[in-house]
This record gives sequence, C-alpha cells and structure tokens, in this order.
Amino acid sequence: MSKVIVVTSGKGGVGKTTTSASFSSGLALRGNKTVVIDFDVGLRNLDLIMGCERRVVYDIINVINGEVSLKQALIKDKNCDNLYILPASQTRDKDALNLEGVERILNELKESFDYIVCDSPAGIESGAFTAMYFADEALVVTNPEVSSVRDSDRILGILAAKSKRAVDGLDPVKEHLLVTRYDPKRVEAGEMLSVTDIQEILRIPLIGVIPESESVLQASNAGTPAIHLDKSDVADAYRDVVGRFMGDEGLPMRFVSVEKKGFFKRLLGGR
Amino acid sequence: MAREEPAFKLKITNLSLFVLYVNTTDMVQLKNQLDTRFNKTQDFFSNTPVALDLSAIANSNISPDFAGLISFMLDHGMHATGVVGGSAEQREAAVQSGLGLFPDTIVKPAVKTAPISTTASGITPDAEKDSQPELGLAIETAAGEPNSSNILDSDTQLQKPASQVLPTFRPTMIINKPVRTGQRIYAEGANLVVLGVVNAGAELIADGDIHIYAPLRGRAIAGAQGNENARIFIHSLEAELISIAGCFKVFENGIPENLRGKPVQVHLDGSDLIIEPLLS
Repeated sequence: MSKVIVVTSGKGGVGKTTTSASFSSGLALRGNKTVVIDFDVGLRNLDLIMGCERRVVYDIINVINGEVSLKQALIKDKNCDNLYILPASQTRDKDALNLEGVERILNELKESFDYIVCDSPAGIESGAFTAMYFADEALVVTNPEVSSVRDSDRILGILAAKSKRAVDGLDPVKEHLLVTRYDPKRVEAGEMLSVTDIQEILRIPLIGVIPESESVLQASNAGTPAIHLDKSDVADAYRDVVGRFMGDEGLPMRFVSVEKKGFFKRLLGGR
Repeated sequence: MAREEPAFKLKITNLSLFVLYVNTTDMVQLKNQLDTRFNKTQDFFSNTPVALDLSAIANSNISPDFAGLISFMLDHGMHATGVVGGSAEQREAAVQSGLGLFPDTIVKPAVKTAPISTTASGITPDAEKDSQPELGLAIETAAGEPNSSNILDSDTQLQKPASQVLPTFRPTMIINKPVRTGQRIYAEGANLVVLGVVNAGAELIADGDIHIYAPLRGRAIAGAQGNENARIFIHSLEAELISIAGCFKVFENGIPENLRGKPVQVHLDGSDLIIEPLLS
C-alpha cells in the first residue's frame, strides 16, 4: 500500500525542499520505489536541489492537462535507482493545479511507487492546500523560532480540518514534527526555541532534528541532496529521520543538546 | 429479490416552531409593524415555518385576509404553516387559504417532551400574553440588537433586561483535539469544553461557559451573546485575551506572576472582569 507524504511548513525558507529531497532520497536508498513531486508551481526549486534542472522537459501541469503521459514527465534521479522526480512548472501559476488532476496523477503513481513525497510550497494558498489535500502522512518542517512554529500550528490545523482524510472522516493525517536548522548552542543561549518548547506548543510526535549546517547550502548549490554528503551531521540526521519513519526502533535523538529554560519559556513563562 | 426497503416512516416529532401572535385584524397595521421590525434584519427568517396564533382575535367577527398575509410573510422568509386558536370562521378561512389547523391552544412542551432546544416557542397556554415579549426578546438577541425594539409588546420587554432571555440549551460542545492558530470554535447557545491545547491565534467562543483543561494561549470569549453569568475555567492561563459578555482583557504586559500558567477561573463582577486562582 503506497503512502502519500506531504512535506509542509506554512512558513517559507525553513527547509521543505531540502527535506523533500533528502527524505525521498533516503527512502529510495533503503530500496523503496519513491517519487517526489514539486508542488511549487511558478517557483520550482526541487529540480535544482536534486540536480536535474537541465533534464526537465515536461512538468506536472503538462501531465494534468493531458499533454504528455506521466512516464514522459518523470525524471530518474541521478543518485538513486528507485527515485523519480516530477517537477513543477516554472511558467504557469499555481491555479493551473487542480484537485481532480492531482488526484488522477497520485492514483496513477500509487500503482508503481511505494512512497509519494509531495514538496509543498510555502503559505496556505491553493498550492499548499493541493499538496496536502491527499496526504496520508505529513512532515511538518519547523525552525526553532516563534513565527515558524506559529505557521506550523496553522498548517496542522488545516491538515486536521480540511485534508481529504478529514473531509472523508477517515483516520486523521499522521503528523510528524521535523525541527530543522537547529543550533543547540543558540538554544542554550536562549536565542532559539528548544525542541521541548516547540513540542509543547505543537504537540505532535518528533521525527527528528536537523542541525543548522553550512553544508546544506553547499549541497543545494551543488544539486546534491544533503543526505548524500559524506561525514555530515545533516546527512546522519536525515538518515535517522528516514529510519524512524520506516519504523526503526531505538534510534537516539541526536543533535539535541541539554535542556535549559529557553527564550520562549521565559517569554511566556512555561510551567 | 431482496425485501423492499420501507419507503416512509411516520412519526410524531416535537420541533421548535416560531409562533406569530396576531393581535389585530387590521392587516395594514400588522404588516407595517412587521415591516418596521424585520426590515433591519432581512435574513432573520429564511424559509422558516411559522404558526399563526389567533387567540387574541378569536372574539372578532372579522377573519384576517390569510392569502394576503401568507404572501406578505413569505416576502419576509416566513412560511405560514397553520393557525392556533381563533374562531370557527377564522379557522375555516385559514383552511380555505391552505393553512393547517393546530390544536386550539399550545400545549406546554415541558410536560409532554424534553426538547433539546427550547426557544421562545416553548410557551405555556396560560401565559400567552407574557410570551409575546419573549418572542420579541429572543429575536432581538439573535439579531444582536438588544435595545432597538419597537414591536409586539414593548412594555413588558423593557422591564426585562436582555440577559434574562431564556438561553437556548444545546448539548455542551466538547473538543478533544488541539485548537490551532487560525481556528475558531463557536459553541452557539452552548457551553464549550476543550481538552486540547488552545494555541496562540486560536479563538474559542461560547454563548455559555468555557472550560479548558489544557493551556490557553489564544483567546476565549464566553457569554458571547451577552450572558454576564458566563464563566471561563482555565487549566493553565497563558492567554492572549479573555472576554465575558463583551468585557475583555488583554495581557499586553504579560500575565501577572501569580496567575501565569496557573489554573484560574474568570467571571464578571459588574463590569469588572475578575480572574482568580482556582484553589484546590
């Protein structure tokens, strides 16, 4: 039974596309047939991060409009055999995405893929809504700062109320908290929210913590998902996330430092 | 072949119904007053069934122009469904105009049934005159204009403060999930119980009381329709705003140390919003 996973956040620039690229690569590296879809129509980035921008000929909008077959639009990843990318259109706007078309594509993909990862655009407009609507599970990417947490809270509310699972009265979308750009030093200094602070607000299970690292930027520029980096704590952290997602047990939560009363707690006076 | 599904079911159900008490046979006067009253709140009725109570004009020899009244009421979103009381001639005229006949008097619903919602139509037979202002009051409240009444029976109305309007009892609304930023929960005519965290930017509104068995970081508005006796109970006070019957408090400079993160109750004392720790 294939699963649709949306990578979402509400806020922009928190690491959705980086996460989509590394998470889908990680799933594929473990032998799962995986496809990652860029829903950010008009601002397509995933192909850059995946290093396949020069191979994009057709995109998701072409498929929705029936101009090409799904096979023609799928791009095979250069690093993983089991991974395919369905790019977004750069020349259309997000209104070209419609729920019926997306559902048709997802149903077709479900026939041959184990995991379908949907890279959501920022915001709560139609593009983000379309990306999350059909999700079975959600990776909610959050930075350790108040505005990002607030936006994630909003997205979680929409997932719980407006996703297809909610509308159809099925089991709710399974939510995972992924904290990215985490800097334990700054948390200790009280400049950043701690993982505990974030969980206290969002109250969903934590699937991983990705440390802040310069190597993410380098990897993006090189068109290689961060999970492929050698000797990188970011790559290790993403492998842990994939492991936990696949049900590996006993993985310690790494890259989280000692707990201290953080900025947010002092601000609001936690209990 | 499978057995045929039953195509219908006949049951007696007790529904709440608006009753228009007709105090005059002068249809021009009646229409004028209805116009004056409901023109401001055009959508108060929308295809709402309404019964006509003719008890007050039963001694009159004149039968109202039912056909004209029915079409006039339709223009205001009221479907005249039948008549209560009235003389034999009046009831006959009503039937001629396509109206049904209810029993002569309205039976006290509390005795026969236990309706979930008792609106102003829950009227006792011996209190028909008193019940007219209640109808007026209930409408006023729903329309959100407690002081702008000039209808049916304004004398009695003025004697009754708006807060004494019979509340509509509905089952308590229970929310067992987190209420997240951007979400708004409204327990209309009911109390609200929330078991999950209420995050900043979320809004709880209830016409009755609000109980939150988790941190309140967003807003809580109790007694939204003006019930000054409404209270708010909070397991951990971290709120942005709390309000009862329109009196509100924001915490611009943070919540006082002795209340922050504590279990509290909030109630209204005159126009003062009192927040006090819950002693246990």
